[in-house]
Parts: sequence; structure tokens; C-alpha cells
Amino acid sequence: MQAGAVLQPPAYALEVDHLTIRFGTTEIFRDLSFKVPLGSSLVVIGPNGGGKTVLFRALIGSLPYEGSIRWAPGTRLGYVPQKLDIERSLPVTGNDLLRAKAAITKTPGKMLLTALDRVGLDMGALNTPIGALSGGQFQEVLLAFALIGDPNVLLLDEPTAGVDAPGRESFYRLIQKLQQETGLTAIVISHDLSVVARSATNVLCLSRSDSCFGPPKTILDPELLGRMYGMPLGFHFHDIH
Amino acid sequence: MTFTELGAQFGSVALSASMAVAAGLVGCFAVMRRMTLAADAMSHVALPGIGVALLLHISPLIGALVMLFLGTLLIWALEIKTRISTETVVGVVFTLALAVGSFLASGEELIDALFGAPGKLTGLEIGFGLIGAAIVIVLILWLKNALIVSLVSPDIASTSGINVIALDLTYLLAFALTIALGIRFLGVLLMGSLIIIPAVTARRLATDLTTMLSLSVAVAVISTMAGLYLGSLLQRETGPLIVSAAGAIFVLSLLKKQPA
Repeated sequence: MQAGAVLQPPAYALEVDHLTIRFGTTEIFRDLSFKVPLGSSLVVIGPNGGGKTVLFRALIGSLPYEGSIRWAPGTRLGYVPQKLDIERSLPVTGNDLLRAKAAITKTPGKMLLTALDRVGLDMGALNTPIGALSGGQFQEVLLAFALIGDPNVLLLDEPTAGVDAPGRESFYRLIQKLQQETGLTAIVISHDLSVVARSATNVLCLSRSDSCFGPPKTILDPELLGRMYGMPLGFHFHDIH
Repeated sequence: MTFTELGAQFGSVALSASMAVAAGLVGCFAVMRRMTLAADAMSHVALPGIGVALLLHISPLIGALVMLFLGTLLIWALEIKTRISTETVVGVVFTLALAVGSFLASGEELIDALFGAPGKLTGLEIGFGLIGAAIVIVLILWLKNALIVSLVSPDIASTSGINVIALDLTYLLAFALTIALGIRFLGVLLMGSLIIIPAVTARRLATDLTTMLSLSVAVAVISTMAGLYLGSLLQRETGPLIVSAAGAIFVLSLLKKQPA
């Protein structure tokens, strides 16, 4: 580096270039490129089987891929996975899970309490086996888990699947509040187009045949969505605003 | 009783207690990872090693250890390469091992290897047992957080900075070492039971991880001590008595109703 050069902070939390993923001979998607500005929200939508979760698993390094995935230097990921199938009688409580993450990331007890406070988790839920929690409570535990270790990027894979409408609303309000308070970047898979319209900076739509990327106003176009989903969708962006 | 005899008896009790603690801890994660059948099956992987060791006139323990180590690496590699579940891969490797093992070892030797051999412990056996059990106990307590997170979801484990593939291998090696610890007392066949029965009992009774680990260790140690005591009282082999004691505690645990 030259003397006197000024270090520019990175503008993007994530840069994906010409990403292609194959399972054997089946191509899940090809040549996918997009950028996620720091502190923004990217919502990934698309029909089932379009490769949304596959994209996430590649982003966290769990799947091989072609092309490039570049996270900004110093990225700390927090990941909330799709609904997990946990046995009801598994003797692991929310407390066990959160303390395990705190120990792994060497997070002090005070920071653990901050994560719990941010999510507003009910203390009674913490001492219940995770398999016996309601869908909404378990997602809150997983969100608190993701927040331990002070992440600057949150990856949320259909975090409100199986959660009722008020639960969904409060979950996304919480994410927005966290973004305002901490400036974190959120990348979310969601089927709820109204949530997309309200909270997304950009939208990535993935389907088996095609992909598109842009601001919600451009992507949430009934004609474009109809083409991506292979059937007409009765969603209108103006219904929300 | 002479000083040497007293020392040997103390060594034997200390060794069986530490083996039971290791089995109780390892078993908890085997049960939660749904590896219960795999646990029994994996214990048979030691057999060909015991057979070869007997042919070469070296300690069966060394043969068993080498074979368990190689078998574990093979199971782990096959699982990654073929993406078949651990249970299935272990099933294939174990039947092969059993076939080769029964071909190499025969008669009384095979029975001893399967169910444990009576007689005094050698210095090598006590030394290996104590060091091996300490390694397993420290490893499991050190890795318990990573094991729990990876059990709930391998993906949240990898985003938490855990190398899930290396973690799986380390756990399988700790498991294999625990099997080797029990060869002398219980034999490979019954050692699988001492790993699984206390953990299954604890899983029924506990609602959190610390309670499950503590209960599993307690059941394993109590069963082992009861087996040793009854064995000397009745002048019978201790292995089947240890497993029977663990089985009796499991039956008692059935009295507790599970939540709907």
C-alpha cells in the first residue's frame, strides 16, 4: 500500500459474481451476480425449488460452487435457518443452546443478556426444551442465537415459516429495529411479498429458469413475478404504500 | 490382602469408574445424534484387530485400537464421500468387520473379545485405560458446546465458526476410543450397551443438557460399580452384570411418564 493512502471502508457487505451451483448434472442456477450494500436489506424470493436455500448454503460455505462470493473483510455472520425439525423430548433448552454459542464465540455474559434483551425473549422459554417451544418462540431463540457474537450480517431463511401473522409482523419489526440500532446488513428469504415490499432495499428473485435483481418497485411487478413464478400473482406494490 | 493386590484392586476400580464416566458422556451425544444402533455396530469393528493381534501374539488391545481407528476413518470418509448416513455406513462396515473378525479369531478368544475376559489387569491395560478415559472425558466436555450446536443444525454450527467435518471425526474417534476402553471388562459387544443404556435412561429423565450428562454418567458409574461388586460376590464375570444393572435402571426410568 502507498504511503498516505486512505483506507476506504467497503461499500458492500457481499459481492456475488457469476455464481453457478450444480448438484451432479442438475444446474440449480447459473451466472448469478448481485451486490448487497452495507446496512441494507436484501430479500430473496422465488417459487419453491428455485434455489433460495441452496444460495444461502453456498453463502455460508456449506456447498461447493463456481464463480465468486466475497464478504466484506471483518464480516461476522448470524444465521437463522429454515424451520428445524427438533424432537420434542430432546433435553436441550434455549439456555443450553445460547450458552453454547456464547462459549464458542467467547462472548461475555453481559453481551449474552444484550442479545436476549434485543429479542425480548421470555425467560420461561429459555428453560424449556427447544423441541417443546412454539414456532414463534423457537425462532426467537434462533434469532438470539444468531445475535450472539455481535454479527454485522444476518442471514434469515424463511424465519417466520409456521409463525402466525402477528408473530411475523413483530419478527420483521424487530429485524428493522436491529438494523436501525446496529447498522447490520440483513439478507432474508421470504415468501411474504408484503414484508418484502415494506422492508427490502433490494429484491433477488430466483426461479428454475431465470433470476432478477433490483429494488422492490422494479421486481414486485405483477407481470415479472408472474413470469418468475410461472403463474399470475395477485400482488400489487401499491397495495402496501 | 498384600499391598500389591490392594493396588491392583484399586487400579481396577479406578479404571472401571473412569471408563464408565467416559461411556456416559460419549453416549449422550450418540443418543441425541440418533446413533444408537451405530454405537452397537461400531463396537464390532474392533474384532478383526483383536483377531490379527491374537495371531501375531501381541496385546488384543493394540489390535483393537488400530482397527477401531482405521474403521472410524473409513466410516467418516465414506459418509462424506457418499453422503449416506452414519448409521447406514457403520452397518456396512460392521458386518464386514464381524465377518473378518470371526474368521480370524475363534472359540474362547472370540468369546473373550465379545464379552470381556476375567483375570488380573496388566500395567499396560491400567495405564492405557486411565489415559484413554481422561482423553475422552476432556474431549467431550471441551467439545460439548460445539456438539450441541451442530446437533441442532450443522449450518448454524458452521456460521458459528465450527468446523463440522472435523468435529464429526473427533467425536467418532472419541467414541471408538471409548469402545476400546471397555474391551477388557465388558468386551466389544457389551461396551456398546454401556455407552447407550445410561444415555438413553438419562434422555428419558432429563430436560436440559447438564442434567442429561450428569445422569448418564451417574447411571454408567453406578451400574459398573454394582456389576463389579456382584461379580466378586457371585464369582461371575462382571460384563453381563454391569450391563444388566444398567438395563434394570433403564426399566425403572420407564416409570416416568414422557410429556405428550
